[in-house]
Amino acid sequence: MLTLTRVLAEAAAAAGHEVITSETHGMAQRGAAVLSTVKVGPFHGPLISPGEAEVGLFLHAANLPIHGHYLRPDGTVFVNAPEAHGDAAVDATALASASGSPRSANLALLGYAAGKGGLFAGPACFEEAIRSVTSARHLGGNLAAFRAGVEAS
Amino acid sequence: MTRRVLLGNEAIGRGIVECGCAVAASYPGTPASEILEAVVAFSRETGQPIHTEWSVNEKVAYEVALAASYTGKRAAVSMKQVGLNVASDPFMRSAYLGVKGGFLVVSADDPGPHSSQTEQDSRFYAMFAKIPVLDPCSPREAKEMVALAFALSEEYEIPVMLRPTTRICHARQAVPLLEPLRDRRTARFEKDPTRWAATPGAVLHLHRKLTEKLARLAADDRIAPTLVPGDGTYPRTCVIGSGVAFAHTRDVLQELGLSGKIDLYQVRVPYPLGTAFVNEVRPAYENVLVLEETYPVIEMQLSDRMIAGKRSGLVPAEGELTPEIIRSVLVKFLGLTPMTPASVSTQPGARPTLCAGCGHRAAFYAIRETFPRGIFPSDIGCYTLGVNLGAVDTCHCMGAGISQAAGFYHAYAQDGADFPTIVATIGDSTFFHSGIPALLNAVAQGARFILVILDNRTTAMTGHQPTPALGRTASGGSSQPILIRDVVRASGVSFLRELDPYDMEAFTAALKEAERHCRSVEGGVAVIIASHPCVLQDKSALDETARTLCVTEDCTACRLCLDDLECPAIGWDDEVDTARIDRLSCTGCGVCAYVCPVQAIIPEAGGRA
Repeated sequence: MLTLTRVLAEAAAAAGHEVITSETHGMAQRGAAVLSTVKVGPFHGPLISPGEAEVGLFLHAANLPIHGHYLRPDGTVFVNAPEAHGDAAVDATALASASGSPRSANLALLGYAAGKGGLFAGPACFEEAIRSVTSARHLGGNLAAFRAGVEAS
Repeated sequence: MTRRVLLGNEAIGRGIVECGCAVAASYPGTPASEILEAVVAFSRETGQPIHTEWSVNEKVAYEVALAASYTGKRAAVSMKQVGLNVASDPFMRSAYLGVKGGFLVVSADDPGPHSSQTEQDSRFYAMFAKIPVLDPCSPREAKEMVALAFALSEEYEIPVMLRPTTRICHARQAVPLLEPLRDRRTARFEKDPTRWAATPGAVLHLHRKLTEKLARLAADDRIAPTLVPGDGTYPRTCVIGSGVAFAHTRDVLQELGLSGKIDLYQVRVPYPLGTAFVNEVRPAYENVLVLEETYPVIEMQLSDRMIAGKRSGLVPAEGELTPEIIRSVLVKFLGLTPMTPASVSTQPGARPTLCAGCGHRAAFYAIRETFPRGIFPSDIGCYTLGVNLGAVDTCHCMGAGISQAAGFYHAYAQDGADFPTIVATIGDSTFFHSGIPALLNAVAQGARFILVILDNRTTAMTGHQPTPALGRTASGGSSQPILIRDVVRASGVSFLRELDPYDMEAFTAALKEAERHCRSVEGGVAVIIASHPCVLQDKSALDETARTLCVTEDCTACRLCLDDLECPAIGWDDEVDTARIDRLSCTGCGVCAYVCPVQAIIPEAGGRA
């Protein structure tokens, strides 16, 4: 399973940026809310303080009240939500299922955010990053989900 | 030179391979598990031969790797911080006897903690053991420090510890890749029993040599703290940081507009602290702040100074030093204008729970239903989550569930024949790790309880590493499988059943039979092996699952499936006020259908398609 943290880090490095990330493993992953952070630029440590994140990618709308406070007041949020309301929300799960990869909602959400211009690079950069870390077996499915998100933007 | 984005643990694993390490042993534990996996992967990728193993526990792993270093080859052992507790017996003595080939001990700490039973500080353990310890501030630095550790270890003939933390282990960063050292050493153990088999009489002399070694090391330039000098804005003031706390401090100073305005030291080797540094800090600074995780190891070595830190109360003594905490500490230390406190989460997150279809859920539910007044000792693994089902009462450390069951029995049985039913649970990997001596002891000491070994044929919580029962090595080769049932029989147990907990009726009957055995004249410890493979092991098989379950209109909204079974595939349908099963998450195990008191859950035609 390809994580967004990994794709974002690969894309940043390939684009020549310094990058450092954090993610959660072990017990916290058994259904609890999982928080990962990505810092692109000359940063030394991987954590983001509340009120500092420029972009938030929320795979579960239920986590907005749990992690929403990490966003800057002028930060951008992209949410995987079944009822799309406004630019912020997209039904990434439905897009991923329709594209044939129901477990790749994260990549559909990434595609949407990239297509909206909300990230540090455009869709081509992230598509290349997905290619560079995906096995041949999963490449088709991963790209389909990602592109579905881009198209929906 | 190539660079690749790697997890901190992958960077450490790459460093181990690049340094020509010949033997690497480990036991899985968050946040260290990926280190050995990376050693295996990079060994394959670079064609560098290395013996790798998932040993049954950290003590054994340490001893295996240590002996390899006696032969002059480089060796490494990796574990999480509490694994060092298990390995502490060989660890404590290894500094006295020293090593020949470089010997790297990676002990990964977990400030917070995020996934550990304590947030102990391995650097403090290193100080206790008199072993030097390196404290990396980034994945890149962790990899560089592997090379430094091996070099120091060989020059000083002493084990060297590398102490990453969660925010290093699970951070990703672009890291340079180097050609592995291809020096093919041959094993040569030179006999020297006064050293390698040192009896108490010889230990004093070795201890003196160790003290002298550490003094020489403390004077070595390579271990000295490094300085990012200030411009004099804050005279006679310095901040000392180590590990990821140092990295976060640099970011926070940048945000506060204070980069380059205050003397900032990075301590890369917290023990032994550089002699020149300790002597210079004393006269040079009046105001010293130390930021380190999690114990005041550096602070204690500067103990004759007035240090602002954990012991002065300025820095929290517990928990992770997040950037926001570091920021508020720096604001107080430097007398800056306090800022408005950052907003906090308005809601706690969901608690972790067993996966949909997990065999442990079935077993725990049956145990709790069958013995409502039972006592349920358990310990560490995915199965700790049985606490959510009211079927786990204790969790202390690896293997403790079995010993504690015996302890509970002996305490209650003293009071009379009416002892409560005690049902201990343990996972298959944990059983091999430290359950075996506990079981042997329980039988030998005449304890009476039921032990359910939850065998999902893997080490699940940490990423599905193999156990000795699988007959598969870390590098994918085959080995002699060792079956749990054989070990249980060999431990003197006379009641043993092995069945799939999905069959709730048979499992419940087995539990009742086990209890009768415990309380019978010839009874003792009764063992049931609850055998069902981990559902996460092969996710693609799940996608081909033929059936899912669905809730019918017979549902009376009693919420038993939601609250007592707590399957994450079961949610609530507000519109019709019944339970609802999510077809994407449901694995078709059917346990909910069994427990529903009104049979309102049935298999659904068509499955997931």
